Amino acid sequence: MNAFIDFIMGPMVWIAFLIFILGLIFKLVIIIKDVNDRESYIYSYLTLKHSLRSIFAWLIPFFPQSTKQSPVFYSISYIFHLLLFIVPIFLMSHIVLVNEAFQVSWVALDDGLADILTLVVIIALVFFAIRRYTVPEVKYLTSYKDYILILIIALPFITGFLAYHQFFLYKAMVIAHVISGEIMLILIPFSRFSHMIVAPLTRAYMGSEFGNVRHAKDW
Amino acid sequence: MSNDMEIKDKPSVVKEKNTDEAVEAGLAKLTPERIKNTINQVLQKETGPRFKAYVETCMHCGLCAEACLYFLSNDRDPSYSPAGKVKQTIWEMLDKKGEVSIEFLRRAVHIAHTECNVCKRCSMYCPFGIDIAYLMLMVRRICHKLEITPLYIQDTVNSHSATMNQMWVKEDEWIDTLQWQEEDAREEFEDLRIPLDKEGADIMYSVIAPEPKFQAGLLYQAATIMHAAGISWTMPSSPGWDNSNMAMFTGDNEISGRIARAFYETAARLKVKKIVMGECGHAFRSTYDVGNRWIGWAMPPFEVVHALEFYHELLTSGRITIAEKFKKTVTLHDPCNVSRGRGLHDMAREVTNMLCESFIDMTPNREHNFCCGAGGGVINCGPPYKGERMINNKFKAEQLKATGAEVLIAPCHNCHSGLEDIVHHYDLNMEVKFLGDIIYETMEKKIYKPGD
Repeated sequence: MNAFIDFIMGPMVWIAFLIFILGLIFKLVIIIKDVNDRESYIYSYLTLKHSLRSIFAWLIPFFPQSTKQSPVFYSISYIFHLLLFIVPIFLMSHIVLVNEAFQVSWVALDDGLADILTLVVIIALVFFAIRRYTVPEVKYLTSYKDYILILIIALPFITGFLAYHQFFLYKAMVIAHVISGEIMLILIPFSRFSHMIVAPLTRAYMGSEFGNVRHAKDW
Repeated sequence: MSNDMEIKDKPSVVKEKNTDEAVEAGLAKLTPERIKNTINQVLQKETGPRFKAYVETCMHCGLCAEACLYFLSNDRDPSYSPAGKVKQTIWEMLDKKGEVSIEFLRRAVHIAHTECNVCKRCSMYCPFGIDIAYLMLMVRRICHKLEITPLYIQDTVNSHSATMNQMWVKEDEWIDTLQWQEEDAREEFEDLRIPLDKEGADIMYSVIAPEPKFQAGLLYQAATIMHAAGISWTMPSSPGWDNSNMAMFTGDNEISGRIARAFYETAARLKVKKIVMGECGHAFRSTYDVGNRWIGWAMPPFEVVHALEFYHELLTSGRITIAEKFKKTVTLHDPCNVSRGRGLHDMAREVTNMLCESFIDMTPNREHNFCCGAGGGVINCGPPYKGERMINNKFKAEQLKATGAEVLIAPCHNCHSGLEDIVHHYDLNMEVKFLGDIIYETMEKKIYKPGD
């Protein structure tokens, strides 16, 4: 059992990061290869200018019409996506671990603030789950898989929060935190979480079709 | 349709929908094996990473719903939301690896052909820019290959296939109609010509087949505008004169490509400098965006100009002058295929303001305008589906009504016909007009003399 835990807490962390990063690179390579082989017409329309125009327009809060019409959802979604990166990357205890391994470090969030932000992420996920269940047009599209996706993101944050506060089962909570974090990282390239890299590509293509061919805005 | 109450209680329950004899006859002939093979052939061999990205990236967020006229017109029934339509068609086809039932296909034809105008408004509301219209067109492609396309629109495709025009117009009828309009117009403008096959003319003017079939007055108007502006123009006498393309909307890509090719070859044969198209949106989409791609041109091999742009040029260059502006209050409907499809919405407003005294914009407008509810081949599915179409266009009717305008300008044939239906069904008391109608009414009726 101890050997297993050592593996989870040690090498597996690096394996998970490798799968996460290499998986995304692999995904990107496959997409580019597929486009070259089967849909090279895409390059006839894709322009950097219009791709970036569309991507940036959609990154500006409350600029696209859709974001104006659903301000609550988008506000929560913007904050959620930002914190999803900010909290783990700038968390003191994570930075300490990286520092032990690589002797590099960077500025950390205040622990109290990080604690609140973790709660914000959890609340956002609860909101997404409730929205899935209560808004008819979302519920219609929802299957159990969508709740699993929410759970996969929620677990590292919930366990991290509980471990930090040492409410109960501290050691088990830390292990659960590490395992759930690893699962999340590993699944990103192989699930719809891959929208992390695919969404900018679909956005770029639609942005180019609209900007380059249709001479219209797509936001 | 007797269970209206039930539908309200359970919005996600599949309603009883209309069908027609072509769909039913086609469904009766299908075997499970053919269904499976066809679906898998189309989804695996005719798509690529783009399709894959669309179905694998959608986060099921439902934000596209807000964009859709059908969703909004049906009291936010989620089965009419864009992603909801994908769920009921593509997702299930993929889930079941093509092994879907006849009942499923009956519903799929109905969704893809009569509950989506492929207007692409939803792509502007999807944070990822997923092209849901493309997915619906893939469903139509499958329906085409299974030979279960709705009767009326299939008939127009058959006509395209046999005659290269949409309405079974025979070659002599076409020429005869143009000569008849020329003759009539010469009473108003002496020396007016509708020049046929004039090689080297500056402009080839092209229309859709319904114009000679039952709206010949539009040819008359166009001829008078060309005459008053002193344009060197021509119309082809041979197949290729019709720029419409219903095959593009049934997934019959092969015929769609043939139509576009005939069109461009005709322009090439006549050695014209550019092509001006009448006030039709889908025809513009075919020649500017879709047909050209099928035959291997990234962009059209000719300069193709929609009537709106052409009018703008005539009015700003002073080739047409307005005698007296149009008095009634007007509003403008932005057709998807020339606003969201070509960005001509600001030009349309300039033209309208040059022609009319009082213009009231509708909300939303420009790229964000709601579809007329007729486009994308929906109205072409014909009478069996008209009742449903009117219900599905309720939200559009409210948008039109809110303007309070007396005249509704619709620079697109499909929009024009669909909006006429809406205006009558909802008693909106509006007059639907083309821009050409208003130009004809308000312009200085100059008699052009060569050398002017």
